[in-house]
Amino acid sequence: MSEVTVLSSARQRGTMPLRGRSYMAFALTPEPPIADWLGELDAWLRGSNGFFAGRPVVLDLSAVTLTSSAIAHLISELGTRGIRIMGLEGVAAEKLGPGLPPLVSGGRPAPVEAVNSRSQPASPPAAQDREPTSLLVESPVRSGQSIFFPDGDVTVLGSVGSGAEVVAGGSIHIYGALRGRAMAGTSGHRKARIFCTRLEAELLAIDGYYRTAEDLDAKLRSKPIQAWLAGETLIISEID
Amino acid sequence: MGKVIVVTSGKGGVGKTTSTAALGAALARTGQNVVVVDFDVGLRNLDLVMGAERRVVFDLINVVQGVAKLPQALIRDKRLETLYLLPASQTRDKDALTEEGIARVIGDLRSRFDWVICDSPAGIERGATLAMRFADEAVIIANPEVSSVRDSDRIIGLLDSKTEKAERGERMAKHLLIARFDPGRAARGEMLSVQDVLEILSIPLLGVIPESEEVLRASNLGAPITICGQQSAPAHAYMDAARRLAGEEIEMLIPTEKRGLFTKIFGRRAA
Repeated sequence: MSEVTVLSSARQRGTMPLRGRSYMAFALTPEPPIADWLGELDAWLRGSNGFFAGRPVVLDLSAVTLTSSAIAHLISELGTRGIRIMGLEGVAAEKLGPGLPPLVSGGRPAPVEAVNSRSQPASPPAAQDREPTSLLVESPVRSGQSIFFPDGDVTVLGSVGSGAEVVAGGSIHIYGALRGRAMAGTSGHRKARIFCTRLEAELLAIDGYYRTAEDLDAKLRSKPIQAWLAGETLIISEID
Repeated sequence: MGKVIVVTSGKGGVGKTTSTAALGAALARTGQNVVVVDFDVGLRNLDLVMGAERRVVFDLINVVQGVAKLPQALIRDKRLETLYLLPASQTRDKDALTEEGIARVIGDLRSRFDWVICDSPAGIERGATLAMRFADEAVIIANPEVSSVRDSDRIIGLLDSKTEKAERGERMAKHLLIARFDPGRAARGEMLSVQDVLEILSIPLLGVIPESEEVLRASNLGAPITICGQQSAPAHAYMDAARRLAGEEIEMLIPTEKRGLFTKIFGRRAA
């Protein structure tokens, strides 16, 4: 995710003034080998169909070395997946031919949330059309599995095993033992909380502030807890 | 049509091969046709535990590659005439197994036997995922210690995602067999208790096999414990587990500290 400064032009009284404007765009960063990266992207898109449709996307090529024809090919590959590239980043300007999107620079990381809220249409759609921003997992999360849901809350009915992880943009609710990792508020949502009915966690984190099992109060072990962020401190307390 | 069972654990050395042989022999003793299949290509052991190592001519890979016909590779047990072994290759590696080939062989076995019991290699790599790929049900072997239990948890996750049944959106039945259980050490807190393991893995319990020298003795003799040590505690536990696998309701007995004695401290079947 990047904030990209885009110059916009508007005709005014016969002159051609140029104004700078800041927009939010998604940044895709391909990693070598490209074929594998496209495969991962496809797998992810299967779960989030049409995610990029109609959204501005910047292609960050800093992790790969591609010729200009390879860049054009990659852009057309993304095009077939419904992803339209508005600009390129992290590539030498001389590699960009006239057929390629322009180079952008000065991107800054931004929370996904901000992009989502800005890209929503001005008039909110009818309630039944809106996608609920929560994920319900009805089975235990086993060791080695990873639940990643940047768009909202995650609720797990069952335990999260040692070596498993749940990552949520919002809060995390676990009706069972939390033996693995829980990372809430990953897209900068500081008000996110973590709830579980039995704390055995390896790691708890909210917006990047974390505590490992070693730093957890032994008295809270096996207890139902909630965790939240107060300033820069991750607070964990028992729920009665 | 027979039932295909994968015996798996993630971790090595927990008793997959011993349990495959013991369950296979226990089922065969009831007169049903059983084949035990060694998927541990390159590190085969099931032939030794079954006492068939000197009769191996063709193996699973030969059948998969069409070099040998299935009946040529099947070895009939000398003690139980309804028990067969399909050995693994010791000289090849698992890359010689193809998914299509395995599917064909498993389908063929399914039509000939009542039970097809697949002994999975340790780990979560190709060999293990191929062994579970076409299974109808899984027996997960765990020892009452944390590393084994976590690895079992990982394997359960794979059973729910990487098998053909899971990909069809069906739920694979899973049974937990706790092996090498030492009641004394569990009572002293040196091992996880049966309840701890059940709570972490949350799958139904098929049986608890007590740690016993009898198991090692049987392996060294080249006979499943359910054939050569029928009166031993582990053999009884395996016989009960096999009957539960076949759908019988049998009260669960958890070994307690007194050696050789079983008490009913844990009568329910865990959910």
